[in-house]
Amino acid sequence: MISREELFKYKPFQLDKITKEKIFGDIITELSLYHYENCNEYRKICDALNNKKPFIPVRLFKDFELKSVSSENIVKTMTSSGTSGQKVSKIFLDKETAAMQTKVLAAIMSDFTGGKRMPMLIIDTKAVLKDRNMFSARGAGILGFSMFGTDITYALDENMNLDIDTVQKFYEKHKDENIFIFGFTYMIWEFFYKKLLELNITLPKNNGFILHGGGWKKLINQAVSNDEFKQSLAETAGFKRVYNYYGMVEQTGSIFMECEHGRFHTSIYSDINILNYRDFSINSIGEEGYIELMSVIPKSYPGHILLSEDAGILLGEDDCPCGRLGKTFKIIGRIKKAEVRGCSDTFE
Amino acid sequence: MTNLEKYSSTYKKVFELDDSIDVTTLTFQGIPLWDSIGHMNLIASLEEAFNVQFEIDDIIDLSSYEKGKEILTKLGVDFN
Repeated sequence: MISREELFKYKPFQLDKITKEKIFGDIITELSLYHYENCNEYRKICDALNNKKPFIPVRLFKDFELKSVSSENIVKTMTSSGTSGQKVSKIFLDKETAAMQTKVLAAIMSDFTGGKRMPMLIIDTKAVLKDRNMFSARGAGILGFSMFGTDITYALDENMNLDIDTVQKFYEKHKDENIFIFGFTYMIWEFFYKKLLELNITLPKNNGFILHGGGWKKLINQAVSNDEFKQSLAETAGFKRVYNYYGMVEQTGSIFMECEHGRFHTSIYSDINILNYRDFSINSIGEEGYIELMSVIPKSYPGHILLSEDAGILLGEDDCPCGRLGKTFKIIGRIKKAEVRGCSDTFE
Repeated sequence: MTNLEKYSSTYKKVFELDDSIDVTTLTFQGIPLWDSIGHMNLIASLEEAFNVQFEIDDIIDLSSYEKGKEILTKLGVDFN
């Protein structure tokens, strides 16, 4: 059997369906057993359902402190930001799980970026990292992606105002290099793109890329589609390459990247199923349902199989025109009845 | 200042340590300030001090004071 660590000898989009099912399935089975033995709540759920590998609804991370390590081994707690009045999810990390997050993120990102660090402009404020013991999903995202950056520069001040002078100097300083812009979808739209429009400023063209993730809820309310987002940023911020990613704080690291053909991809570190709304059976290609997410990363907490509150559609497996193997899917949005859930796109 | 002194003083500065601490035993997550934020501060400070640029793998591998010396040596910094 192949261990989690041995996965790193493969490229992140290299395994075909049959090989992946075997290798990935074994790792998930082993993780389930580990959590069964090390997390009381998880064991109770398994026993009650008479199921050795149940999914855990993401909401349970709000209601319970789920962990599979002893408290003294926890080095970091991550939280979903949560809008005011809501409970936040708490995710407990030990050294091993934290290190795994970093390694997996690096492997996935490198496949898209070529593995070179680039001058990085973060569309956010440094203030988001002020409490170093409790990270919001936003802080964790920024920090996680920072290892791909050099000359890391924040574009917003503490009051979320765009520091246009800093941004223009940054573009000028790195005009002969590929710039990497990172931010949460809503922030890029609201505090970067809209502000540029308001100032009537078009930034110079650059061959780098914009990477964005986090919820679409607020943009859907403003009726902004993914295509419009890309188009608008290409015109105003100078970037032809705009990558979206899907992920959740409960599975930080094993993100799903959107490829050049607009499809989200599973990697060898993650998998998804689309579950039927009525009976939770696995849907086939083209049928909408709940997104169930799997990740090899979570070991300090039982988050390796999750039921999200998002709806999606499976588009295919091992057949994306971009050449990457694995499942591809698209996201429809939040399940209608789901609690309006704070995500990394919220800011307090 | 020798490269070794410069290397040690970078850790002391980034992690706000006084001379009573033996920096050679430091490890990632071993002290509160060497967390993931402290790690990125350390990377930036070492890059500036030695005028080098780490690869992504170097950033991941730099898990201790001793490991950092190995990585910098690989990048051409002479500690002897």
